[in-house]
Amino acid sequence: MGHEMSETLTQDALPASSLSPLAHRRIPRWAPAGIAVAAIALGCGVGAAAGLASHLQWGLISLLLFVGLTYGITAGVEGRRQARDRVATSLVWACFVVAVVPLYSLLQTTISKGVKVLDGNFLTHSMGGVITTQPGGGVYHAVIGTLEQVGLASLIAVPVGLLTAIYLVEYGRGKLAKVVTFFVDVMTGVPSIVAGLFILAFWIIILGFGYSGFAGALALAILMMPVVVRSTEEMLKLVPNELREASLALGVPKWRTILKVVLPTSIGGILTGVMLAVARIAGETAPVLLLVFGNQLINNNPFSGAQSSLPYYVYEQYTNGNDASFDRAWAAALVLIAFVMILNLVARGIARWKAPKTGR
Amino acid sequence: MAKRIDVSGLSAYYGNHRAIEDISMTVEPRSVTAFIGPSGCGKSTFLRTLNRMHEVTPGGRVEGKVMLDDENLYGPGVDPVAVRRTVGMVFQRPNPFPTMSIYDNVAAGLRLNGTARRKSELDGIVEKSLKGANLWNEVKDRLNKPGAGLSGGQQQRLCIARAIAVEPQVLLMDEPCSALDPISTLAIEDLIGQLKERFTIVIVTHNMQQAARVSDRTAFFNLAGVGQPGRLIEIDETQRIFSNPSVQATEDYISGRFG
Ligand SMILES: Nc1ncnc2c1ncn2[C@@H]1O[C@H](COP(=O)(O)OP(=O)(O)OP(=O)(O)O)[C@@H](O)[C@H]1O
Ligand SMILES: [Mg+2]
Repeated sequence: MGHEMSETLTQDALPASSLSPLAHRRIPRWAPAGIAVAAIALGCGVGAAAGLASHLQWGLISLLLFVGLTYGITAGVEGRRQARDRVATSLVWACFVVAVVPLYSLLQTTISKGVKVLDGNFLTHSMGGVITTQPGGGVYHAVIGTLEQVGLASLIAVPVGLLTAIYLVEYGRGKLAKVVTFFVDVMTGVPSIVAGLFILAFWIIILGFGYSGFAGALALAILMMPVVVRSTEEMLKLVPNELREASLALGVPKWRTILKVVLPTSIGGILTGVMLAVARIAGETAPVLLLVFGNQLINNNPFSGAQSSLPYYVYEQYTNGNDASFDRAWAAALVLIAFVMILNLVARGIARWKAPKTGR
Repeated sequence: MAKRIDVSGLSAYYGNHRAIEDISMTVEPRSVTAFIGPSGCGKSTFLRTLNRMHEVTPGGRVEGKVMLDDENLYGPGVDPVAVRRTVGMVFQRPNPFPTMSIYDNVAAGLRLNGTARRKSELDGIVEKSLKGANLWNEVKDRLNKPGAGLSGGQQQRLCIARAIAVEPQVLLMDEPCSALDPISTLAIEDLIGQLKERFTIVIVTHNMQQAARVSDRTAFFNLAGVGQPGRLIEIDETQRIFSNPSVQATEDYISGRFG
């Protein structure tokens, strides 16, 4: 009796096929792709049948069908634990698609509308003497403005940010460090228009300086500094303490340890953070509007007189409200995106080049 | 070159927590002294007080005297940086600088200290240190490759080469073999045998056989109880500690009856 019992039990526990107890039935490898295709087809079918005008709705139905179908099919074939695993995977994929679609469509729109007037002439001419309702003119003055304002802001914010981060990670103990951290946190949350108003009140109204690229750069530096501090802090914290101790134990002073061991080890990440901060302020419009004022002409001197900048130029052309200006706005937006992309690529290149080497 | 260390009445704290209490001992020059004792009894802490690395940890504080020949390491006006140049250290986990090549790792101590030297002189020091660490033959063809690309045992010997390149008087080693295979361990033990002709060596180890093999004198540390500070129980010739210790607790620990 007992013998028979155990025999039936073992047989039940085994899967129906003659596989070993550790293996189980799997859906074929192409199945997830197949399910995706089927879900999209079904989603479009349902959408069309229900007469939904928006393709977004079709897509959402497809996504829901995809997740649901994945669960149903794997639960039937592979069992519930596997099914949950696959649902998690397909959810991650779905979220990825949801995140990428708007990005893709933004890029695509900007490129297709931007290339219309984007040529050598556009990049090398200002708006001087151009009637806004007519085609022609360019962004040269705005590119110069952006480069100078962002460059000046970086010159101010990067050293201050780096030193602050080094202080906080390597030296900061007690009250002062806490206060600094608090203020960095507060500064992270300052809206760009507030930074602009602050400089307007302080630099232009109280101290009496005129509008200039430099005034804008001051506001941009305020926005950039906390980002640099935060990202540098995180990178410095990633440097293992053992390396600092190894250097100190060799009789290397602390400041040299920081300069020669800690910073080189984390320089890739720090530069990436700085580039991201630059990319962030390159797109700021509000401080430029308040402090740099905007200009149709080329002004190479950031320390005196109004300048333009790429985001300001986009805004200005858009408010002109005619087709020629719209074209110029899109082209300038494309230039701005390209500028930020190039910065990112450079940052990645430097990060890879400077990354600690482990190869043989 | 090698110097005698004379410790008296030394206690070390982490914040308010006293980790070791009232330790006094003498470490003879040109000899190997091993520290043994159960985990958490303060061997690493004590070792790090010998080159003022203890105070690098936030809240780290030391009371007492450490005489290096006739200079108190904790005397007024003593520069911890200068102390660490005289008393070198090798850590439990190999920690070569990841951004530097093998050559640069060995030269790091000299370069980072800003003691500028001619290239030929530096080449000589690097070769001598790598030979001293028994690593030269394995790496002489790839001195410009990253130090992190070596095996664990090679990395540890690289760290030893880096430590001896600055010509310290004393070399402190905190469980230098605990991450290594028996062959690398043997290589490092041989190396310790050679290094003691030039340096005063202190080694922390959990391996009784290793302590018996490499050391001339052995110190046994223990805790009075959980949460109590660690104390030095006894220090004596290694042979005596392992054959006929004067304290019962030492015998119990060595024979594996506790801890
Ligand atoms: N960074 C630290 N902060 C606070 N307490 C510490 C710190 N490092 C060590 N301690 C405490 O000091 C005591 C001694 O630690 P130590 O590392 O010196 O022991 P050990 O003898 O080297 O142990 P092991 O053999 O495990 O390496 C322990 O109670 C430990 O909890
Ligand atoms: Mg230890």
